[in-house]
Amino acid sequence: MNAAHPDLLTLLFGAGAVLIAASIIGAVLARRYSPGGSNAAIENLNARIGAWWGMVAALGIAFLAGRTGVILLFTFLSFAALREFLTLTRKSRADHWALAAAFFVVLPVQYWLIWIDWYGMYSIFVPVYAFLLLPILSAARGETEGFLVRVAETQWALMICVFCASHVPALLYLQVPGYEGREVLLIAFLVVVVQGSDVLQYVWGKLFGRHKIAPKLSPSKTWEGFLGGMISATLIGAGLSWITPFTPLEAALMALVIALLGFAGGLVMSAIKRDKGVKDWGHLIPGHGGFVDRLDSVVFSAPIFFHLTRYYWSAV
Amino acid sequence: MDQSDGDVETGGPGTWPRRIAGLAVGQGISFFARLVTAVRGIWVGIDPVAGQRVYYANHCSNGDFILIWTVLPPRLRRVTRPVAGADYWLTSGLRSFIGRDVFNAVLIDRRPEMRTEDPVAQMAGALDGGASLILFPEGTRNTGDTPLLPFKAGLFHLAKARPEVDLVPVWIANLNSVMPKGEVVPIPLLCTVTFGAALRLAAGEDKEAFLTRARGALLALSNGEGQGT
Repeated sequence: MNAAHPDLLTLLFGAGAVLIAASIIGAVLARRYSPGGSNAAIENLNARIGAWWGMVAALGIAFLAGRTGVILLFTFLSFAALREFLTLTRKSRADHWALAAAFFVVLPVQYWLIWIDWYGMYSIFVPVYAFLLLPILSAARGETEGFLVRVAETQWALMICVFCASHVPALLYLQVPGYEGREVLLIAFLVVVVQGSDVLQYVWGKLFGRHKIAPKLSPSKTWEGFLGGMISATLIGAGLSWITPFTPLEAALMALVIALLGFAGGLVMSAIKRDKGVKDWGHLIPGHGGFVDRLDSVVFSAPIFFHLTRYYWSAV
Repeated sequence: MDQSDGDVETGGPGTWPRRIAGLAVGQGISFFARLVTAVRGIWVGIDPVAGQRVYYANHCSNGDFILIWTVLPPRLRRVTRPVAGADYWLTSGLRSFIGRDVFNAVLIDRRPEMRTEDPVAQMAGALDGGASLILFPEGTRNTGDTPLLPFKAGLFHLAKARPEVDLVPVWIANLNSVMPKGEVVPIPLLCTVTFGAALRLAAGEDKEAFLTRARGALLALSNGEGQGT
């Protein structure tokens, strides 16, 4: 792991510098345009920046702690996300054991499989074993009303919050020749690109947004924000190629794929929120909403980023 | 007042080690409640400021008063005592420790034929001692499909005995999905606790009218039920 530390530290200091700049801009804006907290958009921006400090600190500590830290962090994130997701899904008392198993068996086992690097099992554990076994627990209690909706929504929650999210720490176990000991930087690359894309879509949209992409789904998403975000994220990816096993062109393409999937993830998860009639998944991250609100783009891009890297770059 | 009902200032009759253990266990229970439910207090009709109150809430689970207790700011929490059934909380040493030393509960006997004290007098006594109360006017846990059972008369008699105390409706959402009756493993799901506007017994208001109004004020906070966020 030692080889990763200089690059990782550089990256963390870079993130810290960006946040300091953002905090200063936020403070100036608040002073100018939002005396006494009167401008909701600026207050929300500053709440978001404050929460970003916490998120960067949590990620940084986990990265420095290595595999154990990252796996523990994502186990917790999956738990918090699943707690939010299953709050909104349809369920009945007959699902009690299936839901308990989702939290206390499926989730820890998936991360344990990542921990022991059993690729063949963690790739199918939720899509095959949980998929087949959990509905049996629900069916055994004999309540048939809304059965298919109940089991399908539970499975969706597990796929998004546990299966997809667990592919982020799985990146640590890829064996890319010449990249040994620096795998944690693949996670850093994914997170910086996807969250940078989110933030820059928001910024470009706020500055130049005119034409809405999907007004029914997400009124804040505009074509201007989308294009600006994708181009910025691609450039960020190219600029970060020094922390990856990719050439600058490959890194740019990978970043574009990640940003597109992240954008799509935001849309899909918005559609679920509209369907369930809520604005945010939760309330625990000030200015952002819930954990799922912040993770939606990461969970959509992580598995495909993982498999692309594994297929084209990994030795195994 | 019963010997076991210490006043608010001393926090019960327990010895120092018992009281410190009570505080620590209380923090632990609160932490666990937050881990499982990420519970959030929503103050729509009233602010979380000092003032003597009777919080009355819907009752679906034994964890109900723990959620209310958890979302109260520490200063309010210290003077707020849940009203709970002695027939349940005094049946074992652990329950008795939790009921008395952790939550400083006002323990009333729900079995009329067994009790030596009038529950309303006990609650009024606790109010006179400076405490706020948490009360479940349905009287028993609601395990059916109706959102709220009819209220027992206790709330009315208490309002009549202490008409100057604010009665605050408190709706607890989603906890029945976390821990349905008869289940032992809680499922982590988001819960909310919504505080409505305070009400008092109106001049000349009879029992039926008052209980209907109080129940309506609580149901109005439920927002259709089942929604955790």
